[in-house]
Amino acid sequence: MSTLVYINSNDGLAKNALEAVTYGKKLGADVTVVTTGGADESTLASLGEYGASKVMVDRSVTTNDPGQIANVVKAAADATGASTIVFSHDFIAKAAAPRVSVKLKAGLVSGAIGVPEGNKVKVNVFSGKAFGFVEVNTATKIISLLPNSFQPEAGGSACGVEEFNGNAGEAAIKVIETKKPEGDIPLPEAELVVSAGRGLKGPENWGMIEELASELGAATACSRPVADIGWRPHHEHVGQTGVAIRPNLYIAAGISGAIQHLAGVNGSKVIVVVNTDAEAPFFKAADYGIVGDAFEVIPRLTEAVKKFKAAN
Amino acid sequence: MKILVCISKSPDTTSKIAFTDGDTKFDENGVQYIVNPYDEWYALVRALELKEAGGGSVSIITVGTAADDAVIRKALAIGADEAVRIDAAPTDAYYTAMQIAEYAKSNGFDLVMTGKETINYNGSQVGGMIAEGMDVPFVSLASRLEVNGSTATLDTEIVGGIQTVEVSLPAVVSCAKGMAEQRIPNMRGIMAARTKPLNVVAPADIDALTSFTSYALPPAKSECKMIDPENMDELVALLHNEAKVI
Repeated sequence: MSTLVYINSNDGLAKNALEAVTYGKKLGADVTVVTTGGADESTLASLGEYGASKVMVDRSVTTNDPGQIANVVKAAADATGASTIVFSHDFIAKAAAPRVSVKLKAGLVSGAIGVPEGNKVKVNVFSGKAFGFVEVNTATKIISLLPNSFQPEAGGSACGVEEFNGNAGEAAIKVIETKKPEGDIPLPEAELVVSAGRGLKGPENWGMIEELASELGAATACSRPVADIGWRPHHEHVGQTGVAIRPNLYIAAGISGAIQHLAGVNGSKVIVVVNTDAEAPFFKAADYGIVGDAFEVIPRLTEAVKKFKAAN
Repeated sequence: MKILVCISKSPDTTSKIAFTDGDTKFDENGVQYIVNPYDEWYALVRALELKEAGGGSVSIITVGTAADDAVIRKALAIGADEAVRIDAAPTDAYYTAMQIAEYAKSNGFDLVMTGKETINYNGSQVGGMIAEGMDVPFVSLASRLEVNGSTATLDTEIVGGIQTVEVSLPAVVSCAKGMAEQRIPNMRGIMAARTKPLNVVAPADIDALTSFTSYALPPAKSECKMIDPENMDELVALLHNEAKVI
């Protein structure tokens, strides 16, 4: 019995990578981490603090090519005899884990939010409107963990790091250009999110949303109509057909809370809703509600956050 | 260019989600099925745009029973040339993907397109599994797709940004928002869909790797605490002391 956790270390260690290692440790067996990318040895060794007993790194894979990553994970699974393989359900896992599942003929559980009980794993289904329990019928199982479901827990000490040749093969996907907007907090990883909808009346009024977000260190998001009419970019659209997020705090201004929007945000730990309409359906899903005009409430909230930060 | 678009049915986005038979089955009572929005709005519409610009054909494929023919006709109404239904209940992603991969391999497609996930199972599994089954590249979460000869150029989502990549065809692509705009079928499309070919194919012999054993609804949310709009200091204090999120 051993567990293999795949993480990507191209850009250092992301929080969801630490979550995946912590989750691997919770499964009770010995944890080996296999990684591709360029993190240095001491960074990788720090994964021991989260429960890894060994890190295997294949530095020949320098992009997110899912075919290469799947080859490396399969080779590592063969080498370690892992009975469980863990991914974090991010954009890399969504491309690579299905390939590993077919290569190993091992059942894949996507969007896991709990540790396995016997062969059953709890997952999010119906866009967060329900849970499902998936039984894996194969001896080896692959679990792709929903980000922000388990918090990283450090406690152990650094572990050994081995160079590993996973026979990755040639990259099939050629990277032409990478665009990362400076300073923006990526929405899927954000722990705090400030979002607004049609209640804001026009794109020129987003300044106060951005100001509150920057004061909180939050990412900005929007409802579908706002993205569709072009007030905000598509990648900010959260909801059933946009991005599904699970931040610790979701603040929504001028969004009524249609069922499709809720599907994208109901994994949030705390929801604050600001709406002029006391009957807006979003209040039923909220933890804190403010019936009021966003144009007055949001700047006032920004001031309150400033005051709080100055005092703490 | 020959394009195959994978279609899944999903409950209408406004459906109330409930379970039956001791929480082991989705309660279909009163549920309207639609084509999974990611499959329809992004994969199918972009496939049709590519055909309109460069010629070729667009086939749609689903793994399902005769009960799914109505959903298949909806997709045909938007403009696909023909439909294929692999005649079996789609027991899990692996089963579904291997059926489609078998069909795609023996029918020579240049491009296989899927939505980025279904709105009922949210697995994001089928596309990558088809690619592995066909032994071709897989580009996931694409928000732009251009084809030039035997090369596709795509924009894909990465952490905190967008990556532009190039891949040789044949390939499998999973499609996300930004790829295309939703099309509403017109009356002519709906009429034409009735007579377009819907080929029913016997399934290959494949074993599922996983199964859903039961479902549960999230616990009811506790009462929303209302805050005086004049008193945002109180909200900040609650978020700090009670909710502990800031």
